[in-house]
Amino acid sequence: MEKRTDKNSYTILFAVVMVVVVGSLLAFTASSLKPSITENQRLEKQQNILYAMGINDNDESNAVFISTDKAPDAFNNYIKEQLVITIDGSGKIIKTQTRDEYMAETKQEPYLIEVNKQQDNAKKGEPRKLPLFVGEKDGKTYYVAPIYGKGLWDAIWGYVSVDKDMVVQGAYFDHKGETPGLGANIKQRYFMDDFIGEHLLSEDGVFKGITVAKGNADPKNNDKTDNAVDAIAGATITGDGVTNMIKSDLKLYKPYFDTLKNN
Amino acid sequence: MALLSKKDTKLITDPFADNNPITIQVLGICSALAITAELKASIVMAVSVLFVLGVGNVVISLMRNIIPSKIRIIVQLVVVAALVIIVDQVLKAFAYELSKTLSVFVGLIITNCIIMGRFEAFALGNGPWRAFLDGIGNAAGYGIILIIVGFFRELLGSGTLLGFPVLGNPIPGELTGLYALGYENNGFMLLSPMALIVIGIIIWIQRSRNKDLIED
Repeated sequence: MEKRTDKNSYTILFAVVMVVVVGSLLAFTASSLKPSITENQRLEKQQNILYAMGINDNDESNAVFISTDKAPDAFNNYIKEQLVITIDGSGKIIKTQTRDEYMAETKQEPYLIEVNKQQDNAKKGEPRKLPLFVGEKDGKTYYVAPIYGKGLWDAIWGYVSVDKDMVVQGAYFDHKGETPGLGANIKQRYFMDDFIGEHLLSEDGVFKGITVAKGNADPKNNDKTDNAVDAIAGATITGDGVTNMIKSDLKLYKPYFDTLKNN
Repeated sequence: MALLSKKDTKLITDPFADNNPITIQVLGICSALAITAELKASIVMAVSVLFVLGVGNVVISLMRNIIPSKIRIIVQLVVVAALVIIVDQVLKAFAYELSKTLSVFVGLIITNCIIMGRFEAFALGNGPWRAFLDGIGNAAGYGIILIIVGFFRELLGSGTLLGFPVLGNPIPGELTGLYALGYENNGFMLLSPMALIVIGIIIWIQRSRNKDLIED
């Protein structure tokens, strides 16, 4: 005898009911949790930017953000200005807006600009908006820029802070799905700290970026002007991703830093 | 009366020894290769699978009489995917830091063949309590192998355990511990092929101790 559950009509009915039930369950979960998830992501961006400026609760060997309840205050105190630089396809600056000007135009905080969407815009030939956060700590000025690229499995991103000569003052990297123990280690202190003091420009002022290099004869990273840091063993493609996103995204800020020099 | 009958106890203990999902059934190898480069990731993955397989087996077992056999694989996939996504979303909202550590594993959990394998082989034919025990047992059997492999790979590959240096300081110029004696980390241990070799060694040890497991 044929079982009730073998009938085609039952199968189709079951599939429909299952899709509706599971679909609404997931939709309900997602929409009811969305506000707190967005808030968490907002705070994380502030923590990331502050981290790149060297404002963090690092212990001896681990990267630790300042706590989420302190982040908004610290962000307001240390970040003096959030610039939005708009560039055209050839990299020329169209305009530079302050936070207030940008807020008046778009009602959005500049630090919430999504770099990957801006990259897509640029690919379509539209102007690209580059956020640049100007922070001050102990009388020193930090320029923090977001970067975004792809690693081995998925997206990688980060924030790099530089001084007015484009010498790196701090870096934070994160990833969506790099291999634990290998590529995922780009967010470890020993990798990120290597970038501090590295020059993005060559000695004659041409933008060179920083290459994550294997066997660069400088594993202890004493030479800060070689435009290279030591790679992580077993994470070649993730390392290349870091190299590429630094090269392609930070290069776009070069014209702005040129204007700083001329003033 | 004991909490678990003899048959039920076997459901939990079997996967640890003579019916281990990784070393005997050779399931779940993909994730065992991918994430065992450090001990912490192995433990996180073991706990996640324990949760998903325990709950998933119960859900499938409760539904076993109404699932149409023609689309049962899809139904199993939907159940496990929905479970994982809900857990991921809840963590993102209430334990954001933890969720970032776990996000890497979400995809790996859904595609873990042990989970589908237990749904198909056990939960579809047994009651919820037994299915739960079977899920816990298999996930633990999977987890223990993961942790053993992670232990050796991190120890020999990076010289650390859970991120703490245990063999001394490897930085040139300030060597201490074993490194001062000329020991060096084996970077090859960090690459996936070495996980396969470590699992191979575990299989070898297990089969040489229990000849019944050797196939002709």
